[in-house]
Amino acid sequence: MNGTDTREVIARAHHEEWARVVAALTRRFGDLDIAEEGAAEAFATAVERWPTDGIPPNPGAWLTTTANRKAIDRIRRENKRDDKHKEAGVLSDIEPPAPLGAIDDDRLRLIFICCHPALAMETRVALTLRMVGGLSVSEIARAFLVQESAMSRRITRAKAKIKAARIPYRVPSEEDLPLRVTGVLAVLYLVFNEGYLASGPDTDPVRDDLTAEAIRLARLVRALLPVDGEVAGLLALMLLIEARRTARVSAVGELIALDEQNRGAWDAEMIAEGHALVRERLATGMAPGRFQILAAINALHTSARDVRDTDWSQIVALYDQLVRVEPSPVVALNRAIAVSELDGPEVALAAVDRLQDQLVEYHPYHATRAELLRRLGYGPAARAAYDAAIERAGNPGEIAYLTRRRDQLG
Amino acid sequence: MQYLVSVITDSIDRADPDEQAAIDVFNEQLQKDGHWVFAGGLGAPSTATVIDNRGGQGLMTDGPFTESKEFFIGFWIIEAPDLDVAVKLATEGSKACNRKVEVRPFL
Repeated sequence: MNGTDTREVIARAHHEEWARVVAALTRRFGDLDIAEEGAAEAFATAVERWPTDGIPPNPGAWLTTTANRKAIDRIRRENKRDDKHKEAGVLSDIEPPAPLGAIDDDRLRLIFICCHPALAMETRVALTLRMVGGLSVSEIARAFLVQESAMSRRITRAKAKIKAARIPYRVPSEEDLPLRVTGVLAVLYLVFNEGYLASGPDTDPVRDDLTAEAIRLARLVRALLPVDGEVAGLLALMLLIEARRTARVSAVGELIALDEQNRGAWDAEMIAEGHALVRERLATGMAPGRFQILAAINALHTSARDVRDTDWSQIVALYDQLVRVEPSPVVALNRAIAVSELDGPEVALAAVDRLQDQLVEYHPYHATRAELLRRLGYGPAARAAYDAAIERAGNPGEIAYLTRRRDQLG
Repeated sequence: MQYLVSVITDSIDRADPDEQAAIDVFNEQLQKDGHWVFAGGLGAPSTATVIDNRGGQGLMTDGPFTESKEFFIGFWIIEAPDLDVAVKLATEGSKACNRKVEVRPFL
């Protein structure tokens, strides 16, 4: 095996085993810092040793054992330095405890500790990407356009709070689980959305590294909580959006609206998987939550071979359902877009205008108004609305799209 | 593991009879379940005195150390195995005293 192959194996092991190694060490040592540093050192040792020694037969076990040793070395060094012996008990326990059942999966507990509601939402996102996703601090900082030192401080503070306030490393109790899963899904959806429509002027319009990571983590949560409807819904939603990614950006980096996309370029495999998940949820007959409804809406979009075949009446009906679950102005705005296809732009514009007070700083509000005004033939008003949208938009691909639409008004 | 549950308010009004009754019920439950360590109400910020003896001068100032709209009016010290339990108790405490509370671990 040559050096490139070894590097690929290490990269894959990092992808597949990082969360497992961190989780195993967290269970054993009860300390995220020790777990993370032990895991990082184990992967660094693999990079050093595997090219010359060869790849071990069970890379995951090798990494966990090595990480355990590195962590114990570190605790011994620190104990000597500050003369603390409270971790002494774990030092004699070389054999890791027996594995637990599926629902007690260490990685699931790791996800819940990172997404604990006592942590700020942005901290939960950063910590999940670091501890569960294995992204480096600089990668996370780049993704969210903050300084690496600031991101590093945020993660360090979070770990210190988890330790000092004793945020437990466990899957929440049955009664708390639904509420806490909602928080986990919100974190994954934030990561996905930042990838799907990057917010900054200096990034690519679509960050497929982040969308891929969000999908990977959603798959992990689904494997760990296979009967949760909203977990399935979020995974389906992400797949159905991600399937359209390559058709969504033009060669010059401009975003392409749904009705103008080349549907032949959509990823058929992801769409099939997303549709299967949506059908699975429908078959349960249980009342769907927000993500399941959004997934169903996207299933209808991706079922139409041509935009003219889109079942808008079904989509409006699903938005009506969504409004009941999540009565927010943003949902009302998206419902109005579907209404414009069913009942015409005039009805939709009246609905959109009612949202002005709540959404005046939200650029999709202005972009939606601009499109409706254009369809109604109100050129100058449409131009002003495009200007308002461009002024507030952050994504370069979206700004390019809006600018072209405005300039076409003539 | 002990946690300080501070009661935060923006008015010097004491607990009204309904609130006091709810606090009594909550306190009894804390004691029964083994979470109770200590609790107490505090005087208004205007009753505070700040002492700075860092320079050996014993400098005394009238008033609280910081002026803010919100302040502590009381506290519980509770015994809980982890933050989830502490938060659960604090959530009940907030309802009982009808005010915001802050949970902080003792080190």
